[in-house]
Amino acid sequence: MLDTAAHDRLPAAPGVGYKPQHFAQITADPGSVKWLEIHAENYMGDGGRPIAQLRHLSENFAMSVHGVGLSIGGEGPLDTDHLARLKHLVGWLNPASFSEHLAWSTHDSHFYNDLLPLPYTDTSLQRICDHINELQDTIGRRMLLENPSSYLAFAESTWSEPEFLAEISRRTGCGLLLDVNNVFVSATNLDFSPQGYIDAFPLDKVGEIHLGGHDEDEDGHGRPLLIDSHGREVVDPVWALLDYTLAKSGPKPVLIEWDNDVPDWPVLEAEAARAATALERVPA
Amino acid sequence: MSVSQTEFTRAMMDAGQPVPDGLIDHQDQPAGRRFSVYRNNVAVSLTEAMHSAFPVIAKLLGKQNMDGLAGIYLRQHPPSSPLMMFYGEHFPAFLEGMEQLQHLGYLGDVARLELALRRAYHAADAAPIAPDALGALTPGQLMDTRLSLAPAVQVVCSPWPIHAIWRYNTENGAPKPEPQAQDVLVTRPEFDPIPQVLPPGGATWIRALMKGATIGEALEQAAAADETFDLGATLALLLQGGAITGLDSKG
Repeated sequence: MLDTAAHDRLPAAPGVGYKPQHFAQITADPGSVKWLEIHAENYMGDGGRPIAQLRHLSENFAMSVHGVGLSIGGEGPLDTDHLARLKHLVGWLNPASFSEHLAWSTHDSHFYNDLLPLPYTDTSLQRICDHINELQDTIGRRMLLENPSSYLAFAESTWSEPEFLAEISRRTGCGLLLDVNNVFVSATNLDFSPQGYIDAFPLDKVGEIHLGGHDEDEDGHGRPLLIDSHGREVVDPVWALLDYTLAKSGPKPVLIEWDNDVPDWPVLEAEAARAATALERVPA
Repeated sequence: MSVSQTEFTRAMMDAGQPVPDGLIDHQDQPAGRRFSVYRNNVAVSLTEAMHSAFPVIAKLLGKQNMDGLAGIYLRQHPPSSPLMMFYGEHFPAFLEGMEQLQHLGYLGDVARLELALRRAYHAADAAPIAPDALGALTPGQLMDTRLSLAPAVQVVCSPWPIHAIWRYNTENGAPKPEPQAQDVLVTRPEFDPIPQVLPPGGATWIRALMKGATIGEALEQAAAADETFDLGATLALLLQGGAITGLDSKG
């Protein structure tokens, strides 16, 4: 059964990152999946099948548009062409949510197709707030900003990541997207307590939670180095961290991200069903 | 010690460069191998983008060669926008410039065909004219008519059998390519782009139409390019592909 409720906000229920190979199954029987997220940049062509599918899905599901290419953390100015493309997409689709990353991906007009890290300083804070204000003014709505996966740190940083994100939210009015897998990955790589990070996070600003799979590697000293790969199931400790988070935050929209080695629909739906079970345990 | 994004990208795209000072692990030690995660992510994601953008080129070259060429290409031509669906526009000329690929002269044009198919896939939708709209015109009116073509329409010309090579590598049981020149028309009747071989002179005729020539003016150019030019056959390809979206018969 398709969800016929209003699609103007994400429900506190499971969603998945939409992959075109799942179109027929999602439209026939979405199972536990109540909403869908797309990567904005994949729907910036002029027409054809991607746009037609998106139009169809948006009639039946609450949609989240997740940008991966704006480079909000970039040292240079935001790409005004790309801002205009985002405004156009958000304008015609009118999604329930728009989100982007605390990261950069473009430098000197080159796009590197990855989420690159930045130092947490007063200077970068001001720049990011300026960029978020520019974006929110352009698209005419509040955005959610996502915490990154970290593999290293900057010696120059003077802010902790949760405090940095809380201050960005306070100054710009933006909401936050809490990626629980990213917290687990960063906590392992940089040796901090993931529960402590959640405790310090402004959970009242969280409009969406992400979950995804990661790979295990090691650094040059033989210590564990987790890589945020989105290419497999969410691991048990990350599910436990979701439970810990939801117990403090209350129910939230929870998204399963699976972008590489995308599985058959039943495997992805089973991950969403597991998120549904986690959400059912949370007092409303 | 602050690390600029200029330093970061320079070291990221060139593994011969040292990891910038100021990037550290949780014990304040230099980040070292941790920086390689970014080097790998960028190279792997852009290499994968090249494989999915040019599947026939990847098949012709083999995975290892394609990986190697993509690794050089992505450093010479990093994406200029976040729209990865259009990445690789310089790849045909890049392939033609590679000394060690000179014996595979067709690669550039096959890559151009793959680019054209991708552009057609993402082009704006446009409704075709009614099939009988042209039939209502007198021959004189027809020659004075200008045609609007769908945004998905693409033409790729080559001295190589690029359509046959493309087909042989995408379709089970397709015939082996024979040496010949092939000009290819790409249309998108609904959602899937379709490449078809144009008759001699057909590419000249369609390109003249795209520049605003009437059917008759374009016919003169096409006949000059190839005296065997078959107007009816070329027009039929456009009609079958839903490629004609408007008529202007004012003359």
